[in-house]
Amino acid sequence: MFYVLTAVYLLVMVVLAAAVLRRRKGRGSVADEPEMEPEAGRERRMSRAVVAGAAATVVILFALLLSSYLTGRGLYAVARGEGALTVKVIGHQWWWEVRYDNQNPSLIVTTANEIHIPVGRSVLFRLTSNDVIHSFWVPNLGGKTDLIPGHETINWIRADRPGTYRGQCAEFCGHQHAHMALTVVAESPEQFKTWYDAQLRPAPEPSTPQQARGRDVFLSSPCIMCHKIQGTEAGGQVGPNLTHVASRSHIAAGTLENTRGHLAGWVLDSQKIKPGNRMPPNNLASQDLQALLDYLQSLK
Amino acid sequence: MPRRKKREGKGKEDARAAEAGPRVDAEALREAARRAVAARADRALAEDLVDEHEREALEKTWGDPPGLWGWLTTVNHKRVGKRFIATAFAFFVAGGILAVLMRVQLARPENNFLGPDLYNQIFTMHGTVMMFLFAVPVMEAMAVYLVPLMVGTRSVAFPRLNSFGYWMFLFGGVMIFVAFFLNVGPDVGWFAYPPLAGPEYSPGKRADFWAQLITFTEVSALVVATELITTIFKLRAPGMSLNRIPVYVWSILVMSFMVFFAMPTVALGSACLIMDRLIGTHFFNPAEGGDPILWQHLFWFFGHPEVYIIFIPATGFVSAIIPTFVRRPVFGYAALVLSLVSTGFIGFGLWVHHMFAAGLPRMGASFFTAATMMIVIPSGVQIFCWIATIWGGRPVFKTPFLFVLGFFFTFVLGGMTGVMQASVPLDLQVHDTYFVVAHFHYVLIGGSVFPLFGAFYYWLPKITGRMLSEALGKLNFWLMFVGFNLTFFPMHLLGLVGMPRRVYTYQPGLGWAGMNLAATAGGVLLTLGVVVFIFNFFRSLRRGAEAGDNPWGASTLEWATTSPPPSYNFLHIPTVADRDTLWKQGPDQPVVVGLRLDVRQVLVTKMLDAEPEHKEEFPTPTPWPLFAALATTAMFIASVFTPWAVPVGMIPVAAALVGWFWPRKHQAEERAPDEVKERLGEKTVRQRLEALEEVGA
Amino acid sequence: MSARRTVDVSGLPTFAFGHHQLTWWATWSMIFMEGTMFVVFFVSYFFLRTPVPDWPPAVPPPELLWGTVNLVIILASFVPAHLTKKAAEELDLRGARLWLGVSILFALAACVVRAFEFTALNCKWDQNAYGSIVWVNLGFHTTHLVTDLIDSVVLFALLFKGPLDGKHFVDVSENSIYWYFVVVFWVLMYAVIYVAPRLM
Repeated sequence: MFYVLTAVYLLVMVVLAAAVLRRRKGRGSVADEPEMEPEAGRERRMSRAVVAGAAATVVILFALLLSSYLTGRGLYAVARGEGALTVKVIGHQWWWEVRYDNQNPSLIVTTANEIHIPVGRSVLFRLTSNDVIHSFWVPNLGGKTDLIPGHETINWIRADRPGTYRGQCAEFCGHQHAHMALTVVAESPEQFKTWYDAQLRPAPEPSTPQQARGRDVFLSSPCIMCHKIQGTEAGGQVGPNLTHVASRSHIAAGTLENTRGHLAGWVLDSQKIKPGNRMPPNNLASQDLQALLDYLQSLK
Repeated sequence: MPRRKKREGKGKEDARAAEAGPRVDAEALREAARRAVAARADRALAEDLVDEHEREALEKTWGDPPGLWGWLTTVNHKRVGKRFIATAFAFFVAGGILAVLMRVQLARPENNFLGPDLYNQIFTMHGTVMMFLFAVPVMEAMAVYLVPLMVGTRSVAFPRLNSFGYWMFLFGGVMIFVAFFLNVGPDVGWFAYPPLAGPEYSPGKRADFWAQLITFTEVSALVVATELITTIFKLRAPGMSLNRIPVYVWSILVMSFMVFFAMPTVALGSACLIMDRLIGTHFFNPAEGGDPILWQHLFWFFGHPEVYIIFIPATGFVSAIIPTFVRRPVFGYAALVLSLVSTGFIGFGLWVHHMFAAGLPRMGASFFTAATMMIVIPSGVQIFCWIATIWGGRPVFKTPFLFVLGFFFTFVLGGMTGVMQASVPLDLQVHDTYFVVAHFHYVLIGGSVFPLFGAFYYWLPKITGRMLSEALGKLNFWLMFVGFNLTFFPMHLLGLVGMPRRVYTYQPGLGWAGMNLAATAGGVLLTLGVVVFIFNFFRSLRRGAEAGDNPWGASTLEWATTSPPPSYNFLHIPTVADRDTLWKQGPDQPVVVGLRLDVRQVLVTKMLDAEPEHKEEFPTPTPWPLFAALATTAMFIASVFTPWAVPVGMIPVAAALVGWFWPRKHQAEERAPDEVKERLGEKTVRQRLEALEEVGA
Repeated sequence: MSARRTVDVSGLPTFAFGHHQLTWWATWSMIFMEGTMFVVFFVSYFFLRTPVPDWPPAVPPPELLWGTVNLVIILASFVPAHLTKKAAEELDLRGARLWLGVSILFALAACVVRAFEFTALNCKWDQNAYGSIVWVNLGFHTTHLVTDLIDSVVLFALLFKGPLDGKHFVDVSENSIYWYFVVVFWVLMYAVIYVAPRLM
């Protein structure tokens, strides 16, 4: 398609250039007497050329239409398949809630901003939004699909090569639309199984006193209003699920790499990093903060 | 207006000389010839005196009162048109400044020049201002100025409505900029998708001002479309049958009809949005049975035709400029006109391609792909016809023609990327990325702004009476052309590597920084180009060469009157014998006489063949359109704060409209139409008209 | 005497009726734009209706009485509107006064009944999307009733007060054309608001 259109473009430009330059000799002036009765033979030839051009346009467009349709169907058929994994993605301002659905409630995994999928298996994304319209887009895996409140849209994806794919919200969704990315990790079915099982487990118990203190800090602070850590009393549904936050590569919807320093900056004053996001600043004593970071980093 | 003479005049003198018989000697013949010349000179002198008298009388009748009062009350289409163009251009400059601010912010990753809040306001304002306050109004403004001249009449139809349309446009634009400077500028995108633009996610008044701006500009666009259609159908000079209307005027006709069907949809959508926000309706609230997709349909049913509303008049500019600068009539007049009309129709079948990502049924998507590709055909035909015109002519490389060539280069490229996006699988990739940003700037700037600048260089001499500098014009063109391509070509690539639209920043390490920097540099060149234009314009006012009536040797009627044209446009309404009337007509082309000089009488002609039909008296300067616009403005702005503003604000609006239409004592004698006379008989008609005069006498 | 070739238009009429004159084009422009709006409102109604199993959702449909009364009144008003137009086109001052007056009475009656219609809709605009679309639909038609009523009253007053000329009859005739539009769209609106929820 690209080559056809480039060729057409070049052809049109060449003809135009020829038309402009062919009578360059003896430059014209606006005082020239207009040619009111152009030579009939030339006019006839020009008519034929215009008709031919129009006909060629129609033929090319028809071919493109057909190929577009076939490509669309082909892509659809490739991505779609039996035994698909179903992943529900719910858009929030400005992060992605990810839920792996299962008939058995104890096998449902809930996470955020990072989606693991097995290579070679079709994945059905069921998309909706909790607030405004977002759009789910992982450029190297497939096209966009909007997340619309009150609607459920679907998108099929199949990754054939393992790897990490970056995605980003593609529908303007307010203040921090620019910082609403996600990561898709495509891995072998075995690795995926391992990851999935790990995600199913509740959060690990603190293994050091420092981590235990961190958990107390978490549970006694406003954090629990919004965040959930499975296996603790924290059950907030407003922000991302933190049960396995340390297993994720980024925080704040792809804004920052998940390092201790970034995590500290985010917890203390996320507004500086991502102005307008829904998380309030937290005034923590230095030791409380260190303990909290120890705890969060243990949530693998 | 060149004076035309009866050829028979000279013929009669010759005949008289010949009557003297065969005996006549050379001396007598010379004497007869001298007498004939003297008689003609006398007649010419007499004609000059009559013309001079008529000019004075017409100027008195059609002129405006002096000073500020005249400025505020004028209904002259040229004065209103000029300020319409100037205001729209001012908004173009403002929108351009906003664009430069955005480019500075995006020049490097994680830049802190503008925060997200300000950036979101700025990109919303940029889109809104360029679409609603520049592109559509400037096309209508050019038409308001040019169409009455091009069809050979004294005024636009409904001149008061015209000035009302201008005031509404001005007040709406001022409102949104005041809101922006008070930090209540809209920040939800020029498309304002709910729920983001709804009451829950955009508290405050920002989105309300956006919705009201839409109402302002729609009112303005709709009234102007009405008067343009009526002008084109009913006020053409005798002889300008439908198949002799200049292509530019056809393009304005098609544009106006598109406005009729497209604008009401978005006006209604924005009314529903503001009701959702103010009085708690639920049109777009999914929790109560509403649907945000409804908004998308309403918006894009307007939004896509909008692109053609901007593009079609631009093709009209191209069709006007090319023939003049290749010195031959346009090739394929019928094909061009049919292309315009079919573009107008197909333009309404494309809106869904803005919503491919919203998860529509697949069959529907295929239909819209086909429609989207179909619209390429009429555009293609137009381009082929223009190329053929150039092929068959002898190009004159003046600035307007350069801009037309720039138009070809960029618009055709934009058309190609447009075809790519018609394909659903490809669109799902590039939709809402910088690829789309690149595409529509190629189509809108390449397709409309380049021809518009060409049109400025072409018609400003008519409007101001002064030529613009050719050297500066060429500098202007090359700065804009290079700057434009440098700005927007890299955006194609940015989109293909995954940069989404409407982001106030991006992370380092994605490989986007270099191309963004190039785009910013291009933006600077583009801006310089516009600065050169502004300089050239003001320079021409002081130092430009006198333009004369027809500096380009062009063929349409606006060039038959002086530059700038007098308040009454033409001393005598011309008649038309050909499409390229000034090229074709002989010196004895008849002119219209018998319109009154002491009242603003305008000749109304038949819709199809432009036979004279009747004469209508046009309004004199009046402040009521201004009052009506002020009352409407007060109502619209107050309704952002309380719904009661609508019923209460209606009262002054109604009062202003009554004042507007309140009849003044008529001045011209009354003549009833023939069919009424036939039906009732001369006598009854006279009696009944006399009965009228007694009322209120 | 001027010797240039001329087309003399001094004997042409100074006003005309129907599509010959400019106001007709303005009237039809209005009708086109507002007709588009009406159609878009209808389409929106059915767009919102489609995904919902029960329609109207959670409320009974509007009561038929007042809407039907108004249907009768508005349809009947077609007659005086037509007679007004005819009188105007015959430059008949007395006829125009009489029938425009009658038309105004019909329009007034329609406005009064309309107030009762709003009370019998069985829903509120802020209740749900159904309520919103019904109220806005009916409200939109009501603004047309009221505007045309005001317009008619002004024209009527001028028929007595003057100053008058032939153009005034043109305006009276155009006013009737606009009223036809209001009548036609009321029939459609009635079908949408009152009939559709009972059939679907």
